[in-house]
Amino acid sequence: MKKKKINVAVTGLNAIDSPGPGVPVIRALRDSKLFDVRIIGLSYESLEPGIYMHDIVDKTYQIPLPTAGKATLLERLKYINSIEKIDIIIPNFDAELFNFIKLADTLKKELKIKTFLPTLEQFEERHKSNLPEFGKKHKIKVPYSKLIFNVKDIPSLRSEFTYPVVVKGKFYDASIAYSPEQVATYFNKISAKWGLPVIIQQFVHGQEVNVTAIGDGKGNTIGAVPMRKQYITDKGKAWSGISIDDKKLMSMTQKLIKSTKWRGGMELEIIKDSEGDYYLLEINPRFPAWVYLAVGCGQNHPEALVQMALGENVKPFKKYDIGKLFVRYSWDMIVELEEFEKISTLGEL
Amino acid sequence: MKLKKNLALSDSGFVFDPSTGDSFSTNPIGLEIIRMLKEGKNANDIKSQIVKTYMTDDASFEKDFYDFVNMLTKHNLVEGEKEKN
Repeated sequence: MKKKKINVAVTGLNAIDSPGPGVPVIRALRDSKLFDVRIIGLSYESLEPGIYMHDIVDKTYQIPLPTAGKATLLERLKYINSIEKIDIIIPNFDAELFNFIKLADTLKKELKIKTFLPTLEQFEERHKSNLPEFGKKHKIKVPYSKLIFNVKDIPSLRSEFTYPVVVKGKFYDASIAYSPEQVATYFNKISAKWGLPVIIQQFVHGQEVNVTAIGDGKGNTIGAVPMRKQYITDKGKAWSGISIDDKKLMSMTQKLIKSTKWRGGMELEIIKDSEGDYYLLEINPRFPAWVYLAVGCGQNHPEALVQMALGENVKPFKKYDIGKLFVRYSWDMIVELEEFEKISTLGEL
Repeated sequence: MKLKKNLALSDSGFVFDPSTGDSFSTNPIGLEIIRMLKEGKNANDIKSQIVKTYMTDDASFEKDFYDFVNMLTKHNLVEGEKEKN
């Protein structure tokens, strides 16, 4: 079958120790049997490794940080599109999604660029800060949590929580604190990086399991693969993981996608406690950095997302391989100064 | 006592629990016992088979067998109630 040629723009090229999902999403698209992709990388910083992986990314353009707002982003995308004729954009960062969701209609109408993103309501409702309400609404167990805005709120946490607690940033970062003093340290560190509020969540003892999934926006789960972290870095990221057979987890995923009518890629972070109960810790509104494991297990979620963005009907995947592992590795690329200079000064490479 | 149904065993003694992602390795006797447990054999069936094949007696077998079963239980490889003998 002849592959359809498409130009796909992808963010999240930071294949670092806490990796963005861009490079694995691109690898999945390069493995596609349906599409022959030209990849336009969209980067925020000059040292995102994906910029220099020329067999992965065909051309990279710097884009403005999310804080610059959607108008600035749109202007930059207009310029990039005038050269690259982008068919689809796949944003991969939580922090940039708000702007991309807001721009989705404009991108489609004015620039003919398609996306397949969660709705703004879905995006907002699953925010870490809204998780307790989300759990109540969709009948899913969620650890008790509270938002704090000031270090003065820390001493009173004792009346509502038993230590340890998890201190979380609104977009990224989580640390386990065993005392109010530790909460204060993490509060200052996290709020300086990600702003306020900071989320205090009850620590649940158990085994962490994650699911990468994709919904069609009508309540159907197109694909889902559960994974258990095998090796975890000091940032809590999986450096190795294995696909597992967990029917209860799969049913929880399908139930959640059905009740939210989730549209696009997602990752569920879940703790299974010693009683066998599942607690939802987070919903990430995009593919995880380990999404290539799903491809290895027979479900190419990024390819399915592109199909749906193009308006094609996609049949749900019925199975996946159990007991497949991913093992991440680091690799030093040698980069010529001219390349670094080009992306740093001209914003293109 | 019943082992988890979907437990995967390889000839090298590698045991994989697909529901948790845990994996273990066991020696050839352990593998033989796990295989017999998976086939639904009870402690007496397994004892007769092992005592017939290897140079061991009932008392030594029982001690090692129950140690082994405790280990399987501890590693969450067992489902249902403990075997009644």
